[in-house]
Amino acid sequence: MARRRARAGYFEPVRGGGAAIALDEVEISILRSLAVQLLELVGPGDQPDGADDDPLAQLFTEGPSKPPDDPALARLFPDAYEETEDAAEFRRFTENDLRARKREDALAMVRVLDTGGPVIKLTADEARQWLGTLNDLRLTLGTRLGVTEDESSELYHLPDGDTRKPLVMAYLWLGGLQESLVESLMH
Amino acid sequence: MEPVSAQLSPTTRARTRATCSVAPAEIEQTESSEAPAQVPEPDVPWVTLVHNDPVNLMSYVTYVFQTYFGYSKGKATKLMKDVHYKGRAVVSSGTREEMERDVQAMHGYGLWATLSQDR
Repeated sequence: MARRRARAGYFEPVRGGGAAIALDEVEISILRSLAVQLLELVGPGDQPDGADDDPLAQLFTEGPSKPPDDPALARLFPDAYEETEDAAEFRRFTENDLRARKREDALAMVRVLDTGGPVIKLTADEARQWLGTLNDLRLTLGTRLGVTEDESSELYHLPDGDTRKPLVMAYLWLGGLQESLVESLMH
Repeated sequence: MEPVSAQLSPTTRARTRATCSVAPAEIEQTESSEAPAQVPEPDVPWVTLVHNDPVNLMSYVTYVFQTYFGYSKGKATKLMKDVHYKGRAVVSSGTREEMERDVQAMHGYGLWATLSQDR
């Protein structure tokens, strides 16, 4: 059965476990900009006073114990326990690692995009990193937009002048990218 | 890079790490000394719960359950539907340490997960 490679706008599986997609210049620039914004949002987190660049010191540095104030960040770094005390302890020892991993994934996306298009080919590892970043981007935009499970929501019928419209379009576009990437990886 | 730590749950690893820097000999006692008498039976299993959210794609959630837990497509799909239609589902059970690892992994995938003791 013939399968077209790198169908425009959707991922296709690649032999060996990766995936490929054809993106035009505008799409590459939008995706890159979103990934960079995610990097800025995730950031290194709130460093305690006296934290320095010494790698050994960093190893012993504890993370925050309270959920982030920003709702999108709170969604990316949720509580692991309903009990506040347990949640705080878990967060102290995990949030910094999780932030670092999300940054690495978003950086991996930026690096691949910077190699240029139109055909973007991902290795299996890169594909997993992209999947994570696409999901983080959708969680972030979804939280900002107040997305619900209501598919007839006014969000999907906004007039052209509405400032949320570009975000909704990006959110839906990212959903298509992610869906086709999942399908490619499950291939 | 950290073959040993990788097998420990986040808080165990951290407790060990924190203890290591001061008194290595007390590692073994760290957890028991932290456990007061009213702590529930140790053999009551803990569970990892995944909660429904409006953003995560059904296909992605199924993919995560298959990839991370190694569940069959059928089992992963059923769990995904439980999350979607019932609001949440137990996706794994075991010791507290194991469940902390699973919850940490779920957060890594962007799923909303918590652990609690199965009562």
